[in-house]
Amino acid sequence: MASTPSAADSASDSAFDARIAAGETIEPKDWMPERYRQQLVRMMSQHAHSEIVGMLPEGNWITRAPTLRRKMCLLAKVQDEAGHGLYIYCATETLGIDRGQLIDQLLSGKAKYSSIFNYPTLTWADIGVIGWFVDGAAIVNQTVLAKASYGPYARAMVRICKEENFHKRQGFEIVATLAAGTPAQHAMVQDAVNRWWWPTLMMFGPSDANSPNSAELLRWRVKRFSNDELRQRFVDLTVAQAQAVKLTLPDPKLRYNAETKHWEHGEIDWAEFKQVISGNGPCNRERLAARQAAHDKGAWVRAAAAVYAEKQRRTSAAPAA
Amino acid sequence: MAASIDQADGASGEGPLWEVFTQEKQGAPHEHAGSVHAPDAELALQNARDVYARRGEVVSIWVVPSSAIIASSPGEAGPFFDPADDKPYRHPQFYKTPRGVRVY
Repeated sequence: MASTPSAADSASDSAFDARIAAGETIEPKDWMPERYRQQLVRMMSQHAHSEIVGMLPEGNWITRAPTLRRKMCLLAKVQDEAGHGLYIYCATETLGIDRGQLIDQLLSGKAKYSSIFNYPTLTWADIGVIGWFVDGAAIVNQTVLAKASYGPYARAMVRICKEENFHKRQGFEIVATLAAGTPAQHAMVQDAVNRWWWPTLMMFGPSDANSPNSAELLRWRVKRFSNDELRQRFVDLTVAQAQAVKLTLPDPKLRYNAETKHWEHGEIDWAEFKQVISGNGPCNRERLAARQAAHDKGAWVRAAAAVYAEKQRRTSAAPAA
Repeated sequence: MAASIDQADGASGEGPLWEVFTQEKQGAPHEHAGSVHAPDAELALQNARDVYARRGEVVSIWVVPSSAIIASSPGEAGPFFDPADDKPYRHPQFYKTPRGVRVY
């Protein structure tokens, strides 16, 4: 396919653009520009990796959940994240890339995942705040991605959105419980809010002016709204929720603009964001090392399953004695 | 005309790819849900259950090796489906019936 652009290619390109403009859904076997395919592989695999790496900060607290109910809920939530990762890996594979390659790209550090998962979960309150903020932000993003132009991605998002509300509610329940608890519990959850608020705002990605991939993804209707628009939607939703449980968002500049009907927030520390996505966040190395260890420890299971399957095939193929 | 969906089989060390179809309630059709990797059919079913049926919303699962699925080609969708394009008489609206009579 790697050839110089020809008249045929540009005809296909404009036919493709027309399909996008008409709001059609692109399916795996449809013709698509190579760049569209590459951008989707990059974006979808980052998304899948984020679900998988996202299990680690929360998995940290499963054994220390304060009650059996909380433990079961958290376990189910972390299992969901694994499932969500697998939905998106399978959707990415429809673009002609093998899952093994995707996992190699994650483990080698070539592929990125959401910057948010490179922050540590220091207290139980972090589990509540992650469900509230991080899953809340993910819902804002994914609700829109459920209308993305690539069919398998959109369908995976529909499936995920149906399940994600449980995540946010279990988080907010933890937050509300702690916020209404003892002064020490309230202080613990306020501290978690202080640490997670800004990294959560960074999750939406660079400001529109500095987002190299956004214009293209918007043009192809993979994204439907810009990073800043989605970030704004999240802030508007979250302020009222914080007020309801008497927690303060750590932004002295946060104020309501009655004209635009939006909550305006202060400047995001993009230098920190750049540091974290280029591998220098508080937990980047720990996260990748944990993924690598899990992958290596699973090798014997994959090998044993493959040998067993092969043996079954041989046995069923052999004529009866 | 038809082409099979080519997928790598097992390069990831997780076995070949299987397409998963789930039925949400008795009497409903099985619908495509996604895919899983597994070395054999039994594990494919178990993986499909773990990935696509975590909430008791599924009553039956089919798994099919992805390589066994034959799909029509989008590029030839026009000529492939056009035999149905000029047959409006296959729709009930094609027929004129006396006014005021309940035909169905």
